[in-house]
Amino acid sequence: MSTEGTGFVDTSRLTRMSAGRRVADFLLRWETMLFIIFVLVCVANSILSPYFRDPKNLFETTFNFMEKAIMAMPMMFVILLGDIDISVSGIISLSSLFMGMASLGGIDTPTLVMIGLGVGLACGFFNGLLITQLDIPSIAVTIGSSSLFRGIANAVLGDKAFTKFPDSFAYFGQGYIGTSPIPFEMVAFAVTAIIAGVILNLTAYGRHTYAIGNNKVAARFSGVPVKRVRLLAFAANGLAAGIAAVLLTSRIGSMRPNIASGWDLDVITTVVLGGVAITGGKGNIVGVLISIFLLGFLKFGMGVLNISGKVMNIITGILLIVAILLPKFTDNVRMSIRAGAAKATAKARKTA
Amino acid sequence: MKKIFARKEMSVAALIVVMTLAIGLRAPSFLRFGNLIGVVGDTSVLAIVSLAQLGVILIGGIDLSVASTMALAGMIVALTNQHNPQIPAWVYLPMSLGIGAALGAVNGVLVAWGRLPPIVASLGTMSIYRGAVFLISKGQWVTAHEMSVGFRRIPEGKMLGLPYMLWIAAAIALFYFILMRYTRSGRDVYAFGGNASAARYAGVNERKVEMLVFVVSGALAALAGLIYVSRYGIAQSETATGYELNTVAAAVLGGVNIAGGSGTVLGVLLGSLFIGIVNNALPVLRMSPFLEMLIQGIIILTAVVANTVADMRAKKSLSSGRRL
Repeated sequence: MSTEGTGFVDTSRLTRMSAGRRVADFLLRWETMLFIIFVLVCVANSILSPYFRDPKNLFETTFNFMEKAIMAMPMMFVILLGDIDISVSGIISLSSLFMGMASLGGIDTPTLVMIGLGVGLACGFFNGLLITQLDIPSIAVTIGSSSLFRGIANAVLGDKAFTKFPDSFAYFGQGYIGTSPIPFEMVAFAVTAIIAGVILNLTAYGRHTYAIGNNKVAARFSGVPVKRVRLLAFAANGLAAGIAAVLLTSRIGSMRPNIASGWDLDVITTVVLGGVAITGGKGNIVGVLISIFLLGFLKFGMGVLNISGKVMNIITGILLIVAILLPKFTDNVRMSIRAGAAKATAKARKTA
Repeated sequence: MKKIFARKEMSVAALIVVMTLAIGLRAPSFLRFGNLIGVVGDTSVLAIVSLAQLGVILIGGIDLSVASTMALAGMIVALTNQHNPQIPAWVYLPMSLGIGAALGAVNGVLVAWGRLPPIVASLGTMSIYRGAVFLISKGQWVTAHEMSVGFRRIPEGKMLGLPYMLWIAAAIALFYFILMRYTRSGRDVYAFGGNASAARYAGVNERKVEMLVFVVSGALAALAGLIYVSRYGIAQSETATGYELNTVAAAVLGGVNIAGGSGTVLGVLLGSLFIGIVNNALPVLRMSPFLEMLIQGIIILTAVVANTVADMRAKKSLSSGRRL
């Protein structure tokens, strides 16, 4: 909608800026502000709770948000493309359902995992094909498919639940790497994040993602395979939801149709708070990573203070709005500083 | 272009008639006048909130905060009623509208002056309002026996044999129809949604349009929240969770273009009615209520695909210069 405040002017001018202004620029950047809030949250947490200072407990706290963190990675691509996917929690529900049914049939753990991932991937392709082949807005498709996916789980399970899973299945959501305090979920997230970072920053696919997000038509005329890039992003989103389904089902050891409900908007909030423009084309993985841990630790800190999850919503909402308003405001400030400086140099030149 | 939209609404209307008759074939009692009125009345809440959503979708946005607005306004009026049962019930109508207008104005300011995309602004306020319900109620529920008789009668009371909520929905629909069709502000909404930059050059006040749709959206959502709370006799922090997506579904079903610019009040009403009939038919047909979501999903996807295919055909016939 609005193109004001995009940061694209910066790079060309960076080389010509004075050191002082460069520092000011850096301080006013989104990621920097996000990081400062993050540090504040960490400091507050460690004052509030001695548990937070113990690395072992710190790892424990990550269990609560690693699944969403994994889902945020491909969601970042989807939003960078200017699309949106609000079916991911529905995909978790369907993927978890299939694992539950298979488990009841006595299927072994490796196959269960493959089923979970496969269902997720298939759902993602389903979304992607409808969106790209018929050229339907992604929000319309994913609202429908979200009801479809969770609706199947509802129809099959009703108010019942699957609770029987093999013992070895519990490892993914509850286990640690060897004897270390590092949870398996965290490693799964780290691997996902590295893959996402490499693809976004070092491959043609990543550059295509930005190109499409900035101007779909121009990208198509420049030879970017728009349909394929978007299709793959939705497929990856489905796969990540499948991974999250495996981890979450394993962690809570049961499956109900309302599993993970409302997670779509949580994941989208994380990505947007990370500085990815909902209109596409702008944002980077650093911001999203800070945002993931900021929200995760903020929730932990509020939990220590015994603040209800409902009230946390208020703070998340305010944070989201302020975090997006603030850079727009500071961008304006930066622009006017720069305009002022340019005027001054022009004047200086004239007088000389 | 007008013809295409008319055709979309006609096909939804035809589908509704066919579906109703088919249900009646299996369960004749469904077709009884009293039952049909009940079904239509049941749809009032969804219809009002979907109309709330319509304006925002028309300008190419989406309002994710409507369900939270329903819950917050519903809780405020329920608490007011609980502590002041002597206040006459009709007062709650303007009161809810006022609360909603204020909540909607927050979105409006964020979008019009903060330049936030509507989906982001309402994503934020959605969480804030939902949390606020919990804060003001301290996590407590307000249940039917804590509400005054007059308050409970807001949806159920009858005039000329029809429930009040149906009259309210009809009045809202008429107001919205006139607003969108016959006032300059309404035409500006369409103009802005169809082509924002063209509308700007034509002198459409962008901020006014954005404020208008969000204030109306909030006001209507809050009114729906009042009816919801008094009808189901309970106000709690989970009220209407997930309802925002139902409203988008109703709009899409009614042929509203999710990308903005086109869509009508009639279409939204038909879309809501369609969903209302499906939900009411399940128990009549002795089908599991757990099928509701699945059926809704299939219908939305089918409608979206059908609309797209129809648009594609229309475009093709336009570009080839030949009439189909």
